[in-house]
Amino acid sequence: MIARRGVPLPALLALPLLPGCTGMQSSLDVGGPAAGELRLLIVSFTVICGIVWLLVVATLGWALLRRRPAGTGARTQRQLTWAVSLSVAATAIIVAGLTTLSFLATRSLGGGDGEIEVVAVGQQWWWQFLYPREGFQTANELHIPVGRTVRIRLESADVIHSFWVPSLSGKMDMIPGRTTALTLKAERPGVYRGQCAEFCGLQHSHMGFTVIAEDDVSYRKWLTGQAQPARPAATEEIRAGQAVFLAKPCAACHTIRGTTAVGTAGPDLTHIGSRRSIAAGLLETTRGTLAAWTADPQTLKPGTTMPLVPLTSIELRQVAVYLESLK
Amino acid sequence: MGSSGGRRRSGWSVASGTLSLCGVTLCCLACATALGWMRAPRQFRTDPPLQADLGNLRLLPNRIGGTPPESYFALGKPYEKVAYDLSQGKRLYTWFGCATCHGDGRGNIGPSFLDGWWLYGPEMISVAASIRDGRPHGMPAYRDRMTNDQIWQLAGYVRTIGAYGPSVSATARNDDPQTRPAENRGPASILFEQGPAGMKPEQGPSP
Amino acid sequence: MTGNRNARTREDDRPSDTDVSDAEGERRLLATWATPRTLKGVLSTVDHKIIGRRYIATAFVFLILGGLLALAMRLQLAAPEARFIGPDRYNQIFTMHGSTMMFLFAVPVMEAVGVFLVPLMIGTRNIAFPRLNAFSYWIFLSGGILLWVSFALDVGPDVGWFAYVPLAGPEFSPGKRADIWAQMITFTELAALAVAVELVATILKQRAPGMSLDRIPVFVWAMLVTSFLIIMAMPAIMIASSTLILDRLVGTQFYNPAEGGDALLWQHLFWFFGHPEVYIIFLPAVGMVSTIIPTFAGRPIFGYLPLVMALIATGILSFGLWVHHMFTTGLPRLGESFFTASSMSIAIPAGVQIFCWIATLWAGRPQLKTPLLFVCGFIFTFVLGGMTGVMVASVPLDTQVHDTYFVVAHFHYVLIGGALFPLIAAVYYWLPKVSGRMMSERLGRIVFALIFLGFHGTFFPMHFLGLMGMPRRVYTYQPEMGWGGLNLFVSLSALVLAAGFLLFFIDAIRSARSGPLAGPNPWNAPTLEWATSSPPPAYNFRRIPVVTSANPLWDNGETLPVAGGLNIDRRELLVSSVVEALPEARESSPTDSIWPFWAAMATSILLITSIFTPWAVVWGSIPVAITLIGWFWPKGEPEDEA
Repeated sequence: MIARRGVPLPALLALPLLPGCTGMQSSLDVGGPAAGELRLLIVSFTVICGIVWLLVVATLGWALLRRRPAGTGARTQRQLTWAVSLSVAATAIIVAGLTTLSFLATRSLGGGDGEIEVVAVGQQWWWQFLYPREGFQTANELHIPVGRTVRIRLESADVIHSFWVPSLSGKMDMIPGRTTALTLKAERPGVYRGQCAEFCGLQHSHMGFTVIAEDDVSYRKWLTGQAQPARPAATEEIRAGQAVFLAKPCAACHTIRGTTAVGTAGPDLTHIGSRRSIAAGLLETTRGTLAAWTADPQTLKPGTTMPLVPLTSIELRQVAVYLESLK
Repeated sequence: MGSSGGRRRSGWSVASGTLSLCGVTLCCLACATALGWMRAPRQFRTDPPLQADLGNLRLLPNRIGGTPPESYFALGKPYEKVAYDLSQGKRLYTWFGCATCHGDGRGNIGPSFLDGWWLYGPEMISVAASIRDGRPHGMPAYRDRMTNDQIWQLAGYVRTIGAYGPSVSATARNDDPQTRPAENRGPASILFEQGPAGMKPEQGPSP
Repeated sequence: MTGNRNARTREDDRPSDTDVSDAEGERRLLATWATPRTLKGVLSTVDHKIIGRRYIATAFVFLILGGLLALAMRLQLAAPEARFIGPDRYNQIFTMHGSTMMFLFAVPVMEAVGVFLVPLMIGTRNIAFPRLNAFSYWIFLSGGILLWVSFALDVGPDVGWFAYVPLAGPEFSPGKRADIWAQMITFTELAALAVAVELVATILKQRAPGMSLDRIPVFVWAMLVTSFLIIMAMPAIMIASSTLILDRLVGTQFYNPAEGGDALLWQHLFWFFGHPEVYIIFLPAVGMVSTIIPTFAGRPIFGYLPLVMALIATGILSFGLWVHHMFTTGLPRLGESFFTASSMSIAIPAGVQIFCWIATLWAGRPQLKTPLLFVCGFIFTFVLGGMTGVMVASVPLDTQVHDTYFVVAHFHYVLIGGALFPLIAAVYYWLPKVSGRMMSERLGRIVFALIFLGFHGTFFPMHFLGLMGMPRRVYTYQPEMGWGGLNLFVSLSALVLAAGFLLFFIDAIRSARSGPLAGPNPWNAPTLEWATSSPPPAYNFRRIPVVTSANPLWDNGETLPVAGGLNIDRRELLVSSVVEALPEARESSPTDSIWPFWAAMATSILLITSIFTPWAVVWGSIPVAITLIGWFWPKGEPEDEA
């Protein structure tokens, strides 16, 4: 990546660097068949378009700098007419070829049914994931089994969002009043990051989520664990944290199954301790980040719908310990 | 081009006039932008001490009238007129299930906000106190379920439901099935029914 | 000398330009056409050159403002989780940047160049409907000031220049921010539609005798096609913005799915305008390039007919592409495939244009002056942007790059590369005509180097950021995403780009003040605007030229034939037939009037107050009616007779 800096390099020279475009959310860092197909399409389009572009620029350079014979006549004009006509014909053929390539890729992507269905609901600014068959919901973290197609039904609770996990598939919008769908399939186990791709207001930038693809056994284990209510408080401190959580405004917006907290405005926190990140991919889940987030969400994510709830430092520590214990 | 000297000069002076016009416009806009930049933007975060102070409702012994805390005035009474706070109040109205008892504002098992009869008076302080501390005959206290600024936001919104005139900052309709005119159109003036028939006897005696 | 005696009426006994000496004729023409140098004169002028100049200068002010916003965004994005600008302000900034650049810079400046140049290029004395032209400028200025004053007062729109509902709708955009955006659209559309109508009428009916359709300069053709695009595309956005305001202000249900409305309706309406909008910006640039290349290649444009056909084809095709902005909304695949095919097919007329330009350069003897440098930079950049355009036209590929920085890179390549580079070339080329003075060739080369390198350094890495998963319209990103290095590089390159523009503006102002005198035709160009002095007199041409070929100044040299017979003591134009441009009639041209200014102010008050109350439409229409009555009241002036 670094070597490319500095000059406007032609696309073709940059092409070998395309595989270098990796990262935790790269569309070229493929984890599933759909994204693989799309990477192939991106690469082939880039190669063809890059060659065409180079040819045009080379011709332009030649036209500017070529040595000019004395006198031009009707012959040049005729040759030019031929050259231009042929170039236009070539453009038409290339365009037709690329269109066909695009159609083929569309067909192979398909949509269709999945073996598993999950409902994803976009909310300002977090993701609600419902597993209808198991009857539980979670937030900002989607688990899928490797090698099986998962159909994600996409809905929105407020404005338009867009569901996008570049390493697994292209994006699809979530539009209020409509239901769209997307199929995901991961070929190798791993953690894939996704993010909202349609501008959805103040915290559009911090609306990420994680897709965890795992083998069937771990997936089943995870499903079973998530379907359970929250584990009972084991220590004195956790019990105190739970009490604070239930007595303070927290419980009015969040659900923790197995307790009296049944709010629905915010994410379900029943197993928040088991999730990799909090606040829609903003922070890694640790006791410290949980405390920081609870203490001052409006500084970390200005405009988020979670209010700043005044807590004493002791209450804060207890709540963080409690949330962390919700594995 | 014989007389071009004079024409050039006039050409340039018109051009310079245009340029200086642009320059003045640009400077004005730059100054305005600088001023706007210094102006406080929408407040998403209320400082904890301020938020604590916003809880100091100074109520009369009958818990109806009273005075909001000084900080409320110092802030410029934002919860009554800032569109953002009012719209947050509207979201809270939905999230906290106010519609269960108060419906779309026309009341259900709870009193209506549209009939012109405010059981505890129409002031912000009274509405905020009702939300925070609850009232007899079924209004629960939200003291432990909402933060102080959320209570103010909700109170501000509730008052716009009963507004008698169109308002610039009140919220517009939601993307939901419509049952009454939106708050920015003064629903109470459109749906007004002669009180006190609007007040239902089962809501209990007026205080 | 070809006369138009048949167009002259017998009973007219006022002197025509054939009855007096040249010097006397010039003096009296100037007295008839000149704008008085008083405040009232400034506000009431209807001279297309003065209004065009104002329009261009104002649009460039908005370019500077929009550019400053871009720099602010790049400052915020230079480092991950930067705290320079918060999300609320950032959303306003990117919305303002997009809206300013599209509605207050790109479209107006292209039309304004047309307002200035078209009457000169087709050899007439003023634009058609000149008072409407003045009205259009004041409306445009009011709209721009409305938007920017709102931004300065922290009520700038924060919903994106596309203002998708429901985010921009009544429930999710509290306050007046989205209303201000929607009403600013009304202002700019009104201004744009007015200019489009004027240009169509001017081009079709006021061409110099003999300028048949196949002798019209390509730039004028481009403005004609653009004007038709505006007339057909802008009503869609006016409907969209008006229904949005109605939803927000009086509670209609156009975009409420729960009451039978539809959020996608907005996107269809917006992009039915939004895609032709891109060509409204690009086609005038095609015209500029097609005018500049022949001059510097020293030979007529290669393939005039295919070029004009390509312009028209692009214009028609541009209405069949809008869905490619909506490939990820879950529309039926078959329909999407149609739009893939149509989007890609627009590459064919674009190819025709590119190849004709290269062929012209090939056959000619190019002199690499600054305008041609920018044109070459345009071809280099625009073709690259066109290639990424082909990529995003593919449905499956678009699902990966849609709404990422890849698309940001793409449209800056086609808009800056495709329209702004030609526009800068046009400034270097035509500023001598406007101000009578040359710009610096030496500085011009430095400007080109800075802008060209700065541009590619800024926007090329964005392709990679997009592929690495960086979405658009984010006010920050997390350090672990790995986008920090490229973003820092992009932000630094943006400074180079900004330096290039700064130098460009310095050069333009310095040249207008003290550049070397240009003379009537410094580039030895073939089109009619170079047949008059620089800057042109208020009456444009002492006598109306007669056109006998597509490149009149090359084919006729010193002795351009002219037509006489127009009255010199009142404003008169020659009206000619649509196809052959045969002279048909002498038509009076409106004199200066203050009423367009007052009408524009009344309209502005109506539109601005209607943001706050629907009753403004009722009460505000009274002053509008009064000013319009004043505008059209017969004053017994010569213009009333015709």
